[in-house]
Amino acid sequence: MESRTSSRRTFLTLSMGLPLGAALAACGTSGPAPSGGGAGGGATGGSGGGGAKATYWFLQGPPGEAPRTAAVQRFNKANPNGQIELTTIQNDAYKTKIKTAIGANQAPTIIWGWGGGGLRSYVQAGQVEDLTSWFEQNSAVKDRLFPSSFGAATIDGKIYAMPCETVQPIVLFYNKKVFEKVGAQPPQSYGDILDLVKKFNAAGIAPFSLAGQSRWTNMMWLEFLFDRIGGPEVFQAVFDGEKDAWNNPASIEALTKMQELIKANAFIKGFSSITADSNADQALLYTGKAAMMLHGSWSYGIQQAQGGDIVPSGGLGWMNFPPVDGGKGDPSDTVGNPGQYLSISSKATPEQKEIAKKFFATGVLDDQEQKDWVGTGGVPIVKGSDKLFAGSKDAEFLNFIYGVASNAKVFAQSWDQALSPTAAEVLLDNIAKLFQLSISPQQFATNMNAVIGK
Amino acid sequence: MSAISARRTSSAAAHKARGGAVLPWLALPALLAFAAFALIPLIGVLLLSFTSWDTLGEIKLTGLESWRAVLSDPGLPHALWVTFLITALSWAVQTPASILIGVFLAGRQRYRELLAVLYFIPLLLSSAAIAITFKALLDPNFGLGAGLHIDLLNQDWLGTPSLAMGVVIFIVSWQFIPFHALLYQGGVRQIPRSLYEAAELDGAGRVRMFFNITLPQLKYTAITSSTLMVVGSLTFFDLIFVLTEGGPGDATRALALDMYKRGIQANLMGQACVIGVILVLVGLALALLLRRLGGRNPNASQLEGA
Repeated sequence: MESRTSSRRTFLTLSMGLPLGAALAACGTSGPAPSGGGAGGGATGGSGGGGAKATYWFLQGPPGEAPRTAAVQRFNKANPNGQIELTTIQNDAYKTKIKTAIGANQAPTIIWGWGGGGLRSYVQAGQVEDLTSWFEQNSAVKDRLFPSSFGAATIDGKIYAMPCETVQPIVLFYNKKVFEKVGAQPPQSYGDILDLVKKFNAAGIAPFSLAGQSRWTNMMWLEFLFDRIGGPEVFQAVFDGEKDAWNNPASIEALTKMQELIKANAFIKGFSSITADSNADQALLYTGKAAMMLHGSWSYGIQQAQGGDIVPSGGLGWMNFPPVDGGKGDPSDTVGNPGQYLSISSKATPEQKEIAKKFFATGVLDDQEQKDWVGTGGVPIVKGSDKLFAGSKDAEFLNFIYGVASNAKVFAQSWDQALSPTAAEVLLDNIAKLFQLSISPQQFATNMNAVIGK
Repeated sequence: MSAISARRTSSAAAHKARGGAVLPWLALPALLAFAAFALIPLIGVLLLSFTSWDTLGEIKLTGLESWRAVLSDPGLPHALWVTFLITALSWAVQTPASILIGVFLAGRQRYRELLAVLYFIPLLLSSAAIAITFKALLDPNFGLGAGLHIDLLNQDWLGTPSLAMGVVIFIVSWQFIPFHALLYQGGVRQIPRSLYEAAELDGAGRVRMFFNITLPQLKYTAITSSTLMVVGSLTFFDLIFVLTEGGPGDATRALALDMYKRGIQANLMGQACVIGVILVLVGLALALLLRRLGGRNPNASQLEGA
């Protein structure tokens, strides 16, 4: 009997401890960095006495948190009567949290996002302000930014977001040391890529690194093949909701070429179980297990931080995706993130909206913020920001990105950001199957045609 | 012991005599919790399954549209098949292993007690942590096989559909066999010694005793353990999500994962709720079926005469 009573007592203490533990855990997840605002702050922030406060949520962690925080702090110092309260949230948690908050009418005043299809869903739900007339009145704000950055902020001819931060085109990176070892030259055309695939495979080096489980990594290949073969009109037709747009012969040709590359072992063995989050794809490039990698320009910062001496020793090469022989696309075209985007919640109070607009006009991408972004290896979406690159150890790469972004005839937005979340999920799902060779190009087109305009 | 239990039954009888209202009152907290955290959300899910909701705008009543979309999607039979495979295979691997380990651990030797503690460790780890660790170990370029230069281990574990399924089953079993072994250990220890003594007198060997006494006596333990396994594996999410995200392609895309992808990633809450309802129905049907297998009267004693 002794042991039985004591075990019962421990059970009781356990059961009392559990809710406490759960409460503590809840505090841990719902209490993001500096602000005390939490989810309720957005809708009710204006009612607390004193000056009105606008709220602003954005992503935690390097490289973006420091420049964003500093910009808000400078703005708050200059505007004691119209403060911005900020909350930082982790990347993946942010995507879910912002959606939930907007759906519950508790969005922050300033909604940070990627523009495109996600923004379109906010617009359709009437949750964000139309900024078209504001940009007309404040044309100076608009004119100093890259024109290409406004595409993803524009829904049905109206502007719903302020472009901000940096431009991130997709770049073909290569390991110069591996190229030297094999005696190869960077590809000037798609034909060269096919030759390089054979050459590197013969040398026992994977031609391309790819984090296939992340799916959007595979998508970058299709984005370039579609553009180089058929020009930007092919995907534009999908985006515009044209019936059976994926059946375009250029689309089928690009999908077929994609599967030919996979069958030719162009990608590292086991690519479909590699994730981009773990940076294993980056590691394959800088350890020389793979010769080339198609990735976002932010990869440069990762290679620099984790790749040992590859960047300082000049071992990392980069170029725009080469043309496909006989293709229609302009080789200057690029794809990626033309910027990040700030919208204003339509549920915010008039005072909060005013603060947000003032921040857009005077705070966003001021001189110091531009310098901060350059310091993180990013190219601000401001015309002439290249004059800030002088003296930077990354000047060569920054100038390259600035050139790609400002010379691109078309800077297309990443497909998964451009489409609605519903269509994007079907797209990524079918891309995974296409790369797994479990569906044919025509099946891919048929599956994707079914969600056009959804 | 017997004196105490006798007193308890007599006092319960006394309560009953004074007023039958006491016992229903005792059930109230549990009922309230069940209603608040199970019934009401369940009704919410059922209602949402008849709507279209992108989690941002208005919730629109659309009748059977979400149901039609899900039921006509070839992804549904596939997800059902994947879920069935995971359930059936993980049951088939876990049950024999758990029974053997449980019987082994039921012995009271010192070294077995020590082993019991060691066996228990995987159960203490979180599924997400287990998935991340295995993912790193199985990495085709930087994992165990590449590190130790063992070609046999150097497979595309998570990139080939059948291997990926095998890995999921293996990890699930690795994680939960300790728990079920614990259940069987308890079951074995409750079998009266007298049964074995009688069998020994009759000249039965160890193997014979295992098949004729231990296994039949573990019937109800097996039903409990199988119910937990089957219903539990219907809702496997965290492990698969971190390990393969349903891939390669859709090779490990089970129902629970399909529900998450539709609801949270594709913003189709109505369709996700349809899958939620299907999951509840399948789970209920399986649980009832397993109860049936246990015979009409689960309270009947098997210890008569022991």
